[in-house]
Amino acid sequence: MLDPTPSNPRTGQTPLLQTIGLTKRYGDFLANDSIDIEIWPQEIHALLGENGAGKSTLVKTIYGLIQPSEGEMFWQGQRMVLSGPHDARARGIGMVFQHFSLFDNLTVAENVALGLDGKESFKDMSARLEEVSRIYGLPLDPKREVWQLSVGERQRIEIVRVLMQNPKFLILDEPTAVLTPQEADQLFVVLERLRSEGRAVLYISHKLEEVKRLCDTATILRGGRKVSTCIPRSETAASLARMMVGAEIKQVKAPAGRRITVPRLLVNELNLEPDEPHGVRLQNISFELKGGEILGIAGVAGNGQDELFAALSGERLAKDPGTIVIDGQAAGHLSITARRKLGAAFVPEERLGHGTAPRMRLSENALLTGHAASGMVQHGFINTAATLSTVDRTTAAFDVRKAKRDPEAGSLSGGNLQKFIVGREILRNPVVLVVSQPTWGVDAGAAAVIRQALLDLAAEGCAILVTSQDLDELAEIADRIAVMFHGHLSESLITADASREKLGLLMGGSSLTPKEPADAVGA
Amino acid sequence: MQLVLEKRAERSTAIALISPLIAIGLTVVTMSILFVLLGKNPLAALAVYFITPLTDGYSLQEIAVKAAPLVMIAIGLSLCYLANVWNIGAEGQFLVGAVAGSWLAVVTHGSDAGPWVLPSMLLFGAAAGALYALIPAICKVRFGASEILVSLMLVYVAELLLDYLVRGPWRDPAGFNFPTTAEFDPVATVPLLIEGGRLHLGVAITLLVVAGAAVLLGRTIKGFEIRVVGAAPRAARFGGFKSNQLILLTFAISGALAGLAGIIEVAGPIGHLQPGISPGYGFTAIIVAFLGRLNPVGILIAGLFLALTFIGGEQAQIAMKIPLDMTKVFQGILLFYVLACDSLILYRIRLIMPQRKAADGTA
Amino acid sequence: MGLLEAIILSVLAASTPLLIAATGELITERAGVLNLGVEGMMILGAACGFGGTLLTGSTIVGAICGMLAGTALSLIFAAMALGLAVNQVATGLALTILGIGLSGLIGAGFVGERIATAPHLYIPGLTDIPYVGRILFGEDGFVYLSLLLVIAVWLFLYRTRAGLILRAAGDNHVSAHALGYPVLRIRLYAVMFGGACAGLAGAYLPLAYTPFFIPGMTAGRGWIALALVVFSSWRPGRLVVGAYLFGAVTILQLHAQGWGIGIPSQLMSALPYLATVVVLVLISRARTGGSTAPAALGTVFVPDR
Repeated sequence: MLDPTPSNPRTGQTPLLQTIGLTKRYGDFLANDSIDIEIWPQEIHALLGENGAGKSTLVKTIYGLIQPSEGEMFWQGQRMVLSGPHDARARGIGMVFQHFSLFDNLTVAENVALGLDGKESFKDMSARLEEVSRIYGLPLDPKREVWQLSVGERQRIEIVRVLMQNPKFLILDEPTAVLTPQEADQLFVVLERLRSEGRAVLYISHKLEEVKRLCDTATILRGGRKVSTCIPRSETAASLARMMVGAEIKQVKAPAGRRITVPRLLVNELNLEPDEPHGVRLQNISFELKGGEILGIAGVAGNGQDELFAALSGERLAKDPGTIVIDGQAAGHLSITARRKLGAAFVPEERLGHGTAPRMRLSENALLTGHAASGMVQHGFINTAATLSTVDRTTAAFDVRKAKRDPEAGSLSGGNLQKFIVGREILRNPVVLVVSQPTWGVDAGAAAVIRQALLDLAAEGCAILVTSQDLDELAEIADRIAVMFHGHLSESLITADASREKLGLLMGGSSLTPKEPADAVGA
Repeated sequence: MQLVLEKRAERSTAIALISPLIAIGLTVVTMSILFVLLGKNPLAALAVYFITPLTDGYSLQEIAVKAAPLVMIAIGLSLCYLANVWNIGAEGQFLVGAVAGSWLAVVTHGSDAGPWVLPSMLLFGAAAGALYALIPAICKVRFGASEILVSLMLVYVAELLLDYLVRGPWRDPAGFNFPTTAEFDPVATVPLLIEGGRLHLGVAITLLVVAGAAVLLGRTIKGFEIRVVGAAPRAARFGGFKSNQLILLTFAISGALAGLAGIIEVAGPIGHLQPGISPGYGFTAIIVAFLGRLNPVGILIAGLFLALTFIGGEQAQIAMKIPLDMTKVFQGILLFYVLACDSLILYRIRLIMPQRKAADGTA
Repeated sequence: MGLLEAIILSVLAASTPLLIAATGELITERAGVLNLGVEGMMILGAACGFGGTLLTGSTIVGAICGMLAGTALSLIFAAMALGLAVNQVATGLALTILGIGLSGLIGAGFVGERIATAPHLYIPGLTDIPYVGRILFGEDGFVYLSLLLVIAVWLFLYRTRAGLILRAAGDNHVSAHALGYPVLRIRLYAVMFGGACAGLAGAYLPLAYTPFFIPGMTAGRGWIALALVVFSSWRPGRLVVGAYLFGAVTILQLHAQGWGIGIPSQLMSALPYLATVVVLVLISRARTGGSTAPAALGTVFVPDR
């Protein structure tokens, strides 16, 4: 072990869960490399690490979803081999998944029933569902179908479902990533109550301040191995981050001498009906974005950010050309290709399947957005040399690491692919850049490169719109921040004024001019 | 012990090249077993299927003649399948093309119409095939109806249309009541490339189509568009490509090629319109497209191979009394193996041994 | 027997194979698998069912042979689409081509043979009730079986935990897997059920509908069954309505020819196919608000381990 266990030795007791040398191998790749971890009753234990550090693999193994290649697990001192999640649940291990394990077209009650082992009647189960959700203050309507619910409500289903198993040990994978700050606070109350009831919690998060506040112990993974176990309260966020990354993280710096110029992107009363049955209607969205400026859009996922991206990019067209003005030209009726020709560039949230075609080579993915406005196509024929040179230039400028010159997009790691996608657009010297979740799910090094690139691009006069669920990210790079809720966009706040509390209220649907503040939160 | 699939980071180029060969090998093994079950000598049967047709010039030409419609249809289908839309009604488009082209031959029959007749027939055939294929495409784009089911239903409709015409209005009055049109005039017949041989102009047109498709898919932005719409539709929309237009285009092209193949078949090797002008070309072409890995050159080779099985099947029926349906069984099995082997391009198969299952009582 | 009564009887007979095959496919699709090989499984079921009855003289043996044949083909499909994660559309097409070929091979010796068709129910008194007696109490066993099958499937889907799990696997296989449900095994069973139903539906044709076997005698019924599942919005109740509507179109066509209406017989024969196209267009158009199809339908699932 690298660290002597810093928490009390608890002599004479056995840990609730202990892993010894837990290893998971995929081909030559070690997702988990000999991990030792101890979870004690009445403990909130944080599991920290970058994307790809092996956190998900570890918790999936503990939940019985993945069979370890080597190593052992002990449950209350007894050796444990799990045949599957049913087995884990039977012992008292519950899990709340990051991307949820829900069924959109089934009702809340049916979803809960599927997470239990079906030993009680549907009626008894429904009664217990009501009871548990009342006790923990997590209200749910059992008859509604999941697709109708907000992200916060969906998470509530997952949590109630786990609590109904009366677990001794809960695993929560990034539970606050999708919540407003206020909703997160409510969740912490629930978690502290669970601890006081004697249960243990394994808590995966990226938000280090949150971990310092909530967690008793933290285990840090890097590159599949355990780096350290520590007490987060006696660390700083910076020291925790250093252990996760393994190096000092470069501070992102806004270049000096940035000039705010003329409006480059204007949106006037944009209204758009959803094109999907479960989509959000955009209502009266207006804002102005000048050259050299970065506007951040915060909000809980599913409040119209995807729809706004589609409307701004031209994947969907607005009825009235004047609702979107790019660099002085009415563009609401123009296709995405025409908007690119006006100097706009776009980076969607989803890297694989939206920003790139995963099974196509990088050069072909360069062609994907570059075919309209560069020398890549002549008389309908593809200039392969030009597409390859774009790949080379992007690789060089943004430090894209890859196994060969022109691999398939899907074979790159998340961070490297994101650098390629952002780089591909920046190298086109856009006047307007619309970016969704620029650093979602990428490692800290790549995130720093990307954020710096956005700041540098703004310094060159580009107008940048960044949508992100990560408030820290917006605080770091945005000049102003507005919030999306139910298809509406709030007035923007100067970043310095945009406290977490204010943004959290807006994200929960309250207005800042106090009328009926309390009601809307968490409704 | 358990077999599991493991996703490869990148598709395996080596397996992409050899997978059709593995598939053919496995098919031959399976066929041998079937021959034994039928009480035939498998080696002799395989020789009749795959070797005999290659040993004389006439059969070789016949293979090329049979391959031409298969390849032409399969090229069109490959465009649809690359774009991830499923035209499985090529058989119907083939028949409608044959019917539309034949109309000119029928109305000009016995007149002194000039050499414009044949080119016009080919044009009519292609246009009718394209229009017929556009029905499912429009139903899909406009109403969201399954193109698979609509295009297939239209095969039955086309068969009945052809049947009606050759039994009714277009029947040859001097044909002893057989359901057939009169033999087409020379100006309405596809000329032979070499006098006295079997190769006709359609074979040459097929080669042009293969070359055109190779250029389209490999070099042009339109070809890229087809591939990206099929591979990642959302990324394609992000790239500014309109998938609906592309669905219409690929269906139209594939319908046109099937229709063209149909009229060439009728105005060439057959010489008149009758029911049963296709031994299932439109369906066999689906196999050709997949065996050829949706690649034009691959399709050319695959088309020749499947044509060989048609000829071989006929010879096996004559020489060894093996039912003609054996060819269909063979084709079905081949398609299965091709698809199975294709899976290895994307996945790696691993054998997992059960481990420590018994260690825990409750497991 | 009145004309109307005769028409209703023949409509029920024509609808039954569609209903059985579509019910099987409905379960398959509810589990998230699109098996386009219904036509192939049906025609092989027809050949094997006929063979079974020809050899033994028993309708039940024939029906069982048909079901086994359909299940066997569906296992090939499952090995490909579930085991090797092959594209389900292409695999289904391959299954149809193989089924047609195999049925021709097996059925080559059956051409010209005849069997006794399945007996019809006869309850003295009830069956003799004028007008409705034969319709309600005088059908062959398959007709009743098909209706029982639909009821059983409805109960299974909406009243049992296993049905809930099946629907869950068809809605989101990633979630189902994360909760520990064996998605591929659930789908395997669903595919096998679909295969058995298709085989039985195919066997119905030579066992009860016409007393002989002709190559290609399913004539697209498998594809129409697939369209019926779409028509039903994946709900068993609406499947019954759809199947009987289609049966009615088929019979109308036969009777119209009998009445000597001056329309070419080929046009009348094309009616079921044209009706399928029209129905697909109308139903898809009516559903502009979004599809009711199982969300995971036709998608490949490869669990990580």
